Amino acid sequence: MSRIEACFEKLRSDDRCALIPFVTAGDSDPTITVPLMHEMVAAGANIIELGVPFSDPMADGPVIQRASERALAYHVSLTDVMGMVAEFRQSDNDTPVILMGYLNPIEVMGYAKFAQAAQVAGVDGVLTVDLPPEEGAELMSLLSDAEIDPIFLIAPTTEDARIETLCTHGRGFVYYVSLKGVTGAASLDVEAVSEKVDQIRTHTSLPVGVGFGIKDGESAARVAAVADAVVVGSVIVNLVEACAGSMDKTLDQVAALLRDIRTAIDAV
Amino acid sequence: MSNSTDSPAGAPEFAGPDDAGHFGPYGGRFVAETLMAALDELRAAYEKYLKDPEFLAELDADLAHYVGRPSPVYHAKRWSRELGGAQIYLKREDLNHTGAHKVNNCIGQALLAQRMGKTRIIAETGAGQHGVATATVAARMGLECIVYMGSTDIERQKLNVYRMRLLGAQVVAVESGSKTLKDALNEAMRDWVTNIDNTFYIIGTVAGPHPYPAMVRDFQTVIGREARAQMLDMTGRLPDALVACVGGGSNAIGLFHPFLNDTDVAIYGVEAAGDGLETGHHAAPLCAGQPGVLHGNRTYLMEDKDGQIIETHSVSAGLDYPGVGPEHAWLKDTGRANYVAIDDQEALSAFHSLTQIEGIIPALESSHALAYADKLARTLTPEQSILVNLSGRGDKDIHTVAELDGLKI
Repeated sequence: MSRIEACFEKLRSDDRCALIPFVTAGDSDPTITVPLMHEMVAAGANIIELGVPFSDPMADGPVIQRASERALAYHVSLTDVMGMVAEFRQSDNDTPVILMGYLNPIEVMGYAKFAQAAQVAGVDGVLTVDLPPEEGAELMSLLSDAEIDPIFLIAPTTEDARIETLCTHGRGFVYYVSLKGVTGAASLDVEAVSEKVDQIRTHTSLPVGVGFGIKDGESAARVAAVADAVVVGSVIVNLVEACAGSMDKTLDQVAALLRDIRTAIDAV
Repeated sequence: MSNSTDSPAGAPEFAGPDDAGHFGPYGGRFVAETLMAALDELRAAYEKYLKDPEFLAELDADLAHYVGRPSPVYHAKRWSRELGGAQIYLKREDLNHTGAHKVNNCIGQALLAQRMGKTRIIAETGAGQHGVATATVAARMGLECIVYMGSTDIERQKLNVYRMRLLGAQVVAVESGSKTLKDALNEAMRDWVTNIDNTFYIIGTVAGPHPYPAMVRDFQTVIGREARAQMLDMTGRLPDALVACVGGGSNAIGLFHPFLNDTDVAIYGVEAAGDGLETGHHAAPLCAGQPGVLHGNRTYLMEDKDGQIIETHSVSAGLDYPGVGPEHAWLKDTGRANYVAIDDQEALSAFHSLTQIEGIIPALESSHALAYADKLARTLTPEQSILVNLSGRGDKDIHTVAELDGLKI
């Protein structure tokens, strides 16, 4: 059983919703990432989503683009990111880690080399934002050989036939993007999210995670009422930006935010 | 591989793309799921209306009466004589309304937008030519228009920025990344994802996710179709070589495509070598880059060893792009077209030559094609001919050239 599967199974038996924080690897500097991952787990994170910096993050908003720029100022590469995962694994062998990023750094490394290195590092899932299943057969097959789950996004505009395709190719969980727009965008219509999550569940028994637009305990709790996981990204990255330069401050503030969100979603 | 476009028999390898938008290993649709539905909607509309006689009649009428097509082919006799080699013919896209080939595509896409019921047009622009063409067409059709432009480009292309504002477009400065064309494209994509219900994204070149590379090509092939007939009419035969500059590659594919099966016609795409290929400061992904994935398609890119996209350098803002249309990538690999590079100095020298010898001020982009034609002509005989796509006029570049010549206007 994969770490992601085991994680959701445990949460299901405890009747809890997963909390998945997102941070960009190497933001605000490369030394912060591994301590921050541990701190987030201690504050209640169940799965860590680690952004791989890319120069042209087309599907992300300005907050996460700036995070990529901060990491790239230190030339944080895909190899470096896997190094961080390997370091994290030295003292945490349970918490699943998902890499989220864009295809080009993986193309340049080579699919086979990437899949193997990710497996050795202890990566559990890969969400390649700009690789739809139609283009991804080769990478998906190599990831599958390496026992890594490919994770796919589903959008508000995704119709039934494509939801079926995405759920067939996805493993671990499916990630519903809860609003039209880029990461860090404004409003969240929980009723619409609830309807779409129900629609997704008619296609799959995979857990459904929901992200985009979740900024505090209150919005997380409303999403947790309908989803199996809440993904929190831009609001954390904003904190990392505000605390740039201070490791202690970064860890404290991100942990405090996650504890609030944890408490709120556990009360649902 | 099935064909989505008509192509003369005999060379099916050039009949791309396939149903999923691939030209060999290039092209495709590498985008976030948030864009998929919009691309499907666009593709359905494009496939429907490109076969619709009423749509095509309206497009042709606009190209004739608003753009001023057909654009002439001009025999540059004095310049040819001076070079002492092949006869050089110029396809005068610089004489189009708005001063470049860009408008051919903008008219087509705006008519599509209208048929799809979209009321808001967005576009990215580098030098501002595509932005101006889009703003022009949007003004004429009464559509809201937002143009994304890198803040660096806004600074160096003030005239075009004002032109777009005069036309009623909102020009949005993009401050992310390198603050140039690629970042404007990222930002336009973000706008599109957010406002997908009422917004049509007019991409200005033959890059981006399927169906853009095929669709923009189909709107630009009017260049090559006209030029092929005009050359036959004027000289009784096809030219020995075609030359066009390649940034994203829309003017080049527009000229090349109708000649792909004329295998006796040599094809040259000219990239910007900037300070020189050996310096690394250039915009020549086909000559000195490697394949990768950016902006929704697989193609040749300028990237570092980690797969990060790197900044490009060219005196010509319109060629300053780290990728290139996927069909060019395929034409390179199949050997049907040759890709070469011309540096800033060579392009400037051709700019001055054409201006002084023929009384035609070419765009700095097109000057790259002219500079290569200059080299090529010298290796051919006066009985042979070269057709160059003069893709735009140089009025927009006067300030840049004056500055490089040490003058203040």
